[in-house]
Amino acid sequence: MAEIHLTDLTKSYGPTEVLHHVEGAIKDGEFIVIVGPSGCGKSTLLRMVAGLESVTSGEIRIGDRRVNELEPSARDIAMVFQNYALYPHMSVRENMAYGLKIRKLAKAEINRRVEEAADILEIGPYLDRKPRQLSGGQRQRVAMGRAIVRDPQVFLFDEPLSNLDAKLRVQMRLEIRKLQQRLGVTSIYVTHDQVEAMTLGDRLMVLNGGYVEQFGTPIELYDRPASVFVAGFIGSPAMNFLPATTGPDGVTLPTGGTIAAPQVQLDSVLLGIRPEHLLPDEAGEITIVVDMVEQLGANSLLHGTLGGTDHAMVASVAGHVSAARGAQYRFSVAPEQLHLFDPKTQKRLDA
Amino acid sequence: MVENRPLTSVLTHVILVLGVIAIALPIWITFVAATHDELRMNQAPLPLWPGSYLWQNLKQTLFGAGLSGSETAPVWLMLLNSLAMAMMISLGKIAISLLSAFAIVYFRFPFRMTCFWMIFITLMLPVEVRILPTFEVVANLGLLNSYWGLSIPLIASATATFMFRQVFLTVPDEMLESARIDGAGPMRFFWDILLPLSRTNIAALFVILFIFGWNQYLWPLLITTDTSMTTIVMSIKQMLEAAEQSPQWNIIMTTALLAMIPPIFVVISMQKLFVQGLTETDK
Amino acid sequence: MLKRVHFPTSPLPYLLVAPQLAITLVFFIWPASQAMYQSFLIEDAFGLGSEFVWFENFQMLWEDQHYLDAFLRTAVFSTLVAALSMGVALILAGFAQRVVQGAMVYRTLLIWPYAVAPVLAGALWVFMFNPTLGIFPYFLEFFDIDWNHYLNGNQAMGLVILAAAWKQVAYNFLFYLAAMQSIPKSVIEAAAIDGAGPGRRFFTIILPLVSPTTFFLLVINMVYAFFETFGIIHAVTQGGPGSSTTILVYKVFNDGFVGLDLGGSAAQSVVLMVLVIAMTVVQFRYVERKVEY
Repeated sequence: MAEIHLTDLTKSYGPTEVLHHVEGAIKDGEFIVIVGPSGCGKSTLLRMVAGLESVTSGEIRIGDRRVNELEPSARDIAMVFQNYALYPHMSVRENMAYGLKIRKLAKAEINRRVEEAADILEIGPYLDRKPRQLSGGQRQRVAMGRAIVRDPQVFLFDEPLSNLDAKLRVQMRLEIRKLQQRLGVTSIYVTHDQVEAMTLGDRLMVLNGGYVEQFGTPIELYDRPASVFVAGFIGSPAMNFLPATTGPDGVTLPTGGTIAAPQVQLDSVLLGIRPEHLLPDEAGEITIVVDMVEQLGANSLLHGTLGGTDHAMVASVAGHVSAARGAQYRFSVAPEQLHLFDPKTQKRLDA
Repeated sequence: MVENRPLTSVLTHVILVLGVIAIALPIWITFVAATHDELRMNQAPLPLWPGSYLWQNLKQTLFGAGLSGSETAPVWLMLLNSLAMAMMISLGKIAISLLSAFAIVYFRFPFRMTCFWMIFITLMLPVEVRILPTFEVVANLGLLNSYWGLSIPLIASATATFMFRQVFLTVPDEMLESARIDGAGPMRFFWDILLPLSRTNIAALFVILFIFGWNQYLWPLLITTDTSMTTIVMSIKQMLEAAEQSPQWNIIMTTALLAMIPPIFVVISMQKLFVQGLTETDK
Repeated sequence: MLKRVHFPTSPLPYLLVAPQLAITLVFFIWPASQAMYQSFLIEDAFGLGSEFVWFENFQMLWEDQHYLDAFLRTAVFSTLVAALSMGVALILAGFAQRVVQGAMVYRTLLIWPYAVAPVLAGALWVFMFNPTLGIFPYFLEFFDIDWNHYLNGNQAMGLVILAAAWKQVAYNFLFYLAAMQSIPKSVIEAAAIDGAGPGRRFFTIILPLVSPTTFFLLVINMVYAFFETFGIIHAVTQGGPGSSTTILVYKVFNDGFVGLDLGGSAAQSVVLMVLVIAMTVVQFRYVERKVEY
């Protein structure tokens, strides 16, 4: 078990820099999720921690060791791959034992660890099968088992659930979380799925275009997104954004209506409102002209435009709503649930 | 078949059976000739149906004096020579091709492409176009009349290297990454992961290369002058020459049969691997 | 497609490619360059010294009627071998792919000649066509054909072509059958629904769809006929009678090993090298990407 420190970490391929000055301190036993759209550099970052990619500049420390120059096998880590990377010609038992055999552990110790991991993951009955004789979920467990038996300081997960169907994904997500809490091993988990990220991580590192947009707990990210990108990426359905101008009474919408808001220094801002924070209010300043309604059962999503403009808006309303196309709904929003961003820097503006 | 017309389907089988007969005829006639005695094999027309002398011919060919009036090695020794040559060529080719493909796929090193092209060039230099100078090299190295001389000059192989390169490229990258995290070094990865994963490709290639090695003719003809190094395939030509004086066709054809049986056996018994090997290496 | 990850830099890869490169250098590249060098030399009559003569050897080849004849003969021989073996294979494969059950049985029965060494194939055919004893001359007599390939050059050519084509049918058959079996069944069925009978389907659907295979096999068969038929010629005719079956490869061997004309043989080798290189380039440029299975 160990802390991980990433200091001014940069990665370039030739002249192209793909990760820019990444900083991060991960506490012992913490579950960190790196999340971002494809191509944001999240897998590269994980693979740098694993030792599968070289570090261009900066430093990675695991525990009190600088590991930049260490071989993957010397870093005391274990990794679960997206396609599991099980050795197809070896049985489940051999797959799990392979790394231990190379490390020249005693046979009895290897067996003990394999059996123990098999117990935890409930794959005991399959120990002598080959990977191709297993279902997707079982393979996933074997891949986890292979990580567990090594008893590493760090678990690394590279989108391990993306090859499973939706139902299994939810189930395995919970199991991974439970397992990590039980073993207390520091873990880094990469995914592009924000729901997975929110439910799994103690803290989330949001990456975009090779930059860390924000690093914080799921609730921090939801309540106080540091940038337009994080605000749009976290939460579903995604946050609504409207251009607005500021004044002494609050912010003025493109429709001309003014709503109360925190005071900021800038004249024009980007206003962010989460769909679930729009409250139906006959006297509200925000009007949505409905295009389409999505009925989700517990709530309904109203898709439309801000009255009189062509700014797309979504509102989430509790219960069933059946609105005809063209119907108008009015909403209000609490000032503390408004998010203001600088349109130029895309960063959060604070009062 | 799309439609069900009895007449066309009968015709199909008739033509295929005729084809099989035409293709198999030379081999059948060889077999028949190996089952008659010398007397019968000197009367025209020659028999088309087997006689009863097969065991006797086999015994005489394998362990007897062989063809009377010619000074050749015993046929069992030739079979042994052929087997040694075929095995050395096929295993040698597989070994060095596996190693070079491994280097080319899994390492980046200066002159990597130079190595690649040098191997590629062997494709364009069949032994037939460099007979004399290659002979000189082998003679200068003192490898004439040796198994080494028979096999080593033939074991460089661009096709086998490219085939293994292709096979290795289809092995997922995560195999290597996973092995590295498990602490496996390059050679350990090669033995524990890559070789087992390429098992069927190796077997398929072996089938093709065994036949290739067994059937070598020009090269052994050049570099073996000692009769004790004669291979079975080479001996047929010598026997044909001897046949002009003493036509012991039963013995010659028994020898031919013995020379054909090992490669034919390999092709038929490992047909699936054979077809796989053929289509993979020649692409 | 290349690997994203590699092993760290070390001297190991050099050790791994060393055996292959050593053999390539010693037994391929060095001899080939020797052949090229010798092709520019003429030895004096006593074999004591040699003189650098630039392209004189090639010029002599160009003016040598025997060599030009051998060239033409090789072209005819290869074309006929390729045409005969590919034609027979195509017909057999065309019928075999129609057989739902048993196609594999026919395949088993048709592929063994591949395993027979060329020199053995020659021996088998020379035995069957033995002028005094052979089966075929015996039957040909009923048609008033007097068979003796030891005397008749055309008959000798016919015999080596037959033997060479026979051996290659198996190979071509395998590739044609594989190509035909990879044509989606629905395509054939669609043609049947359009009203095309089996013969028409073969010529208008199957044949065009296997044309990449045809092209690929053409190159392979030419290479085979050029280089690998040495054993057949050596066993059946030894280039005779006269020089009626002396193809290029046989001539290189004969002039070099029997005639000991080093410069001339080396020049011939260089010409052959150019031919192989041309065929390899054609094969890689045009075949590699088009043949699909």
